[in-house]
Amino acid sequence: MIITLSWLKNHLATSATLSKIIDKLTSIGLEVEGIKENHGELSDFKVAKVIKAEKHPNADKLKLCEISLGDNKIIKVVCGAANAREGLVTIYAPPGSVIPKTKLKLKVVKIRGVESHGMLCSESELNISHESDGIIELRNKEKDVGKNYFKSKGEKSIDISVTPNRPDCLGVRGIARDLSSSGLGKLKKHPPIKINQKFKNPIKVSIKKEKDQGCGLFGSVYIKNVKNIESPDWLKKRIISLGLKPISAIVDTTNYVMYDLNRPLHAYDADKIDKEIIVRNSKTGETFEALDNKTYKLNNNMCAITDKTGVLGLGGIIGGTRSGTELSTKNILLESAYFFPSSIRKTSKNLGIDTDAKYRFERGIDPDSATLGLELGMCMILDMCGGEASTFSIVGKLKDERPIIDLELDKFFKVIGLSITIAEIKKILTSLGCSLKINGKKIKVLPPSWRPDIKEDIDLIEELIRIKGFDKISYVRPERERSKETLNFKQKLFHFSQRAVASKGYLEAVTWSFTDSRIDKHFSQGKKEIEITNPISSDQNVLRRSIFSNLIIYLKKNQDRGYLDLSLFEIGPIFFGNKPGEQQVVLGGLKSGVTNRKSWDSKTRNIDVFDVKADVIKTLIELGINEEDLYISNKAQNYFNPGRSGSVNFKSPSSHQLASFGEIHPGIVSNLDLKEGNVCGFEIFLKNIPEPPKKYRIAKRNYSVSEFQKSERDFAFIIDKNYKAGDVEKMIREVDKSLIKKVLIFDVFEGGNIPEGKKSIAVNITIQSMEKTLSEKDLNEVSQKIINIVKAKTGGTIRS
Amino acid sequence: MVDLRELIQRVSQAKDKLELQNLKSQFLGKNSQINQEFKKLGLLNENERKIRASSLNNEKQKITESINNKFKELENLEINQKLEKNQVDVTLPARERPNGKIHPVSQVIDEISSIFSEIGFSVAEGPDVESEYNNFTALNTPEDHPARDMHDTFYLDKNKKILLRTHTSPVQIRTMLSGKAPFKIIVPGRTYRCDSDQTHSPMFHQLEGLHIDKNINMGHLKGCLDYFVKEFFEVKKIRMRFRPSHFPFTEPSAEVDIGYRLENGKIIVGEGDKWLEILGCGMVHPNVLKNVKIDIKKFQGFAFGMGIDRLAMLKYGINDLRSFFETDYRWLNYFGFDPLDVPTNYRGLSR
Repeated sequence: MIITLSWLKNHLATSATLSKIIDKLTSIGLEVEGIKENHGELSDFKVAKVIKAEKHPNADKLKLCEISLGDNKIIKVVCGAANAREGLVTIYAPPGSVIPKTKLKLKVVKIRGVESHGMLCSESELNISHESDGIIELRNKEKDVGKNYFKSKGEKSIDISVTPNRPDCLGVRGIARDLSSSGLGKLKKHPPIKINQKFKNPIKVSIKKEKDQGCGLFGSVYIKNVKNIESPDWLKKRIISLGLKPISAIVDTTNYVMYDLNRPLHAYDADKIDKEIIVRNSKTGETFEALDNKTYKLNNNMCAITDKTGVLGLGGIIGGTRSGTELSTKNILLESAYFFPSSIRKTSKNLGIDTDAKYRFERGIDPDSATLGLELGMCMILDMCGGEASTFSIVGKLKDERPIIDLELDKFFKVIGLSITIAEIKKILTSLGCSLKINGKKIKVLPPSWRPDIKEDIDLIEELIRIKGFDKISYVRPERERSKETLNFKQKLFHFSQRAVASKGYLEAVTWSFTDSRIDKHFSQGKKEIEITNPISSDQNVLRRSIFSNLIIYLKKNQDRGYLDLSLFEIGPIFFGNKPGEQQVVLGGLKSGVTNRKSWDSKTRNIDVFDVKADVIKTLIELGINEEDLYISNKAQNYFNPGRSGSVNFKSPSSHQLASFGEIHPGIVSNLDLKEGNVCGFEIFLKNIPEPPKKYRIAKRNYSVSEFQKSERDFAFIIDKNYKAGDVEKMIREVDKSLIKKVLIFDVFEGGNIPEGKKSIAVNITIQSMEKTLSEKDLNEVSQKIINIVKAKTGGTIRS
Repeated sequence: MVDLRELIQRVSQAKDKLELQNLKSQFLGKNSQINQEFKKLGLLNENERKIRASSLNNEKQKITESINNKFKELENLEINQKLEKNQVDVTLPARERPNGKIHPVSQVIDEISSIFSEIGFSVAEGPDVESEYNNFTALNTPEDHPARDMHDTFYLDKNKKILLRTHTSPVQIRTMLSGKAPFKIIVPGRTYRCDSDQTHSPMFHQLEGLHIDKNINMGHLKGCLDYFVKEFFEVKKIRMRFRPSHFPFTEPSAEVDIGYRLENGKIIVGEGDKWLEILGCGMVHPNVLKNVKIDIKKFQGFAFGMGIDRLAMLKYGINDLRSFFETDYRWLNYFGFDPLDVPTNYRGLSR
């Protein structure tokens, strides 16, 4: 909502300065967003400086410019001009502005894959000259960077952000009333009107009685013999200050009254109305051409203003061209009606129309304002255009739906923590237009017709503290007391795992929960994609089924920047359905490239499955799982290389999967055309990490170590090539849990003198007793046992 | 007689271990002078023998000692000479040890959690995919409410019943429906709006707060947020104003601004003359409490919501919201936090 100081003073007698008014507006909930100078369509164009201009990555003739408006923000604009270059001062049109030459409204668009926020202008585009070769070059204008390029003609306007509960403040008078209530002046009375309205409105109006009728009341006045002209300067100025374009005295009047009283009006060229006005529900298929020059096809049950011929307009939303006023218009019908918010909202949403009138009706117009609107509009038109006015015709009747609210004095204290007197309540609520009946501490309040938002006592309490001032409430210091743990087990896991993985050299990324279905399908294991009905772009059209879907895109982007040795991870939700709760938290990491790239002393080597395995195992142990409980198999998801990936389960292969790790499937890597194809990844499925029944410190066994000598023995077995080393390690550990302290596989090889289809596997075993120093005999016994068991279970032999 | 002084002198002049070895056998060996002297002891009477033996032993010990010392000295010399030849260039690059980093959003969530933990809030969560009812209707934002227009919503079905939550507030509903008052929670999480430009990203992070108990009024709300803002920005004094606003699910509602000034293009939060909006808050609307079956005669309280990304930008001087989600290796390295840098109260929230 935009107001100007002079306009405000039409309604408010005040001597307060502009800055006082601005402060007050903000402190009573009418946030001032800015002070603007509107001068029609040209107010958006700013003097800007090009900070950087480089070639567009995907187009030879385009440039990617970074421009500054003198603050610390950088705006990225794609520009085709040859003269766009670093240091150039030029003119910038932001998104939302309308280019004078083409009349096109700028939007943020992707140009060849890069977003452009507005454009840099040539003289021809701004209608300054016919010069269209390159963008404008401003010399010696560095000091003007950030300022409007076109000098102001309008009055300073105050741009107020009006919250959706306050339709009354979409009119200057409503704002004046709030200011006066807060003590910043006195609300002026409407001047009485003295117009001789001699004849009856010749155009019959009827509101058809039908279900879902969107119109509750239709007031109108017929004005004959007008001479429609350009508005006088004072009115033009006000219209411009609103950011609108002056059109004619009649149209400007309807806009003026809408902004003055929050009372939309509509003017018809009465001679173009076929006999009478019928307000009725539209029928499917009816069409009409609206004032925005678009033709709309209507559905059933939209509130249409019609005549004998057909639809004239959509009530409260937009008028039609057929009955629009022109400078040649002689006789007009001025409409001041009431349309129900839900009907307005439904229709405008359905057709995708947004107008000032619609914005106001859907928030709720004062149902009692129809006559006042007609009066003001009529007077202005008679003043400017001459003519004679009919009596008002008011069709329909609105039920007064205002509640009588019981307000108890103590309730205010209970909610706000501050006391208030009956006198204060009376003063504030009366000044806002409420009627009060006071009986001791009990107050009955009837809100004014223009405040549809006031329905119950809490609404009144808000009004009272809003006007009284939030600054009057004193701070109650919070108690430092904790009755519940801040984080639960799963939340702690989240934090632990996040920092555990970061401490292993991975950078944490936060990417969007949605992704490109074409990438996601690589990681969804054939499951259906989870579509977003209205995605922001086609490459963000599904909820991700895997952390990898986005992470690999960003891995690629970083590789494309020339960074090949990367470690990235993200922890966040992945989805397995489109219902609430069909999601789980997963930590996924990707690692690409080599270690020791260009090292003076270490050998360069590709990172591989054992790098990510180390990261996964270490992290799981840090999350509180015993290493012996990690069951590792080669059954990982199909987006890994099947021969170079693994799965970690809790204790047994049939239990929940704790994690997966491996080389990303080479098919995916080549499909995505990664610059560095050596990519490994891992995932940790946090929901499968078991919560220990006891706290770690309690569950920990008593400390005991052996006082006796430990011995180490090395064995080499020749076993089947496909026999898993992990299984050998496990079976040895289980030979004698009290004596075998550690089993370490330290060598594996095939070929040489090892028979085809077999491999040699060397194991280092640490043997130690808690009770005695083991004799040679004891050691041999254990060794023999180990050999026997391995032989029996693997069918292998011991190497001599 | 042995000339002890001369012997020790000669030991000390030994050039190397070999010479010292020779001297050792010469001075202490079988045919050494001192050995000869020991042999002669038998010729003496008992008294003289005792005195003589003790003196010889003393001499022998002194010689041994001087040889041992000289031996150590020579050995040290030898080691040092060896080391002199085996120097490495320590200015060569160290072996690689990659550093991981924590994303600023995660770090700030930890900071905020730590602050609210001190005053008894616990962390609650809810799903990213929400029902239209929890996201809007239960929060006193019925269909047709214009406030719904302010949330550009992503939908997952044609009927617009399932959506990506536009704020963390539906977790209020879930928490209150699944437990019994009192409630004292914060909810950090991902939120979504289909809006994308310079200052908006289709996904961002919010922090919700909810405190419902007996006798919780607006003074408590102000006190709680005053405490939070000072702790978060790690300043003793901060200008702060509560400005009336409107949210369907709170009443009275307020937006909170803090003071700041610009210094070399950087925002310095605290006592400047400019205002910056950082959060929205208010007393939970009775309709919301009724929707979750809370007795509004007994219980009331406050709620607040703030943008985590924005707080991170303010505190750590990050200009571009969109860069948070672009996963640029350089950016993550620059703005990321060391994983050991866990925000705590005793060590300080940030370094």
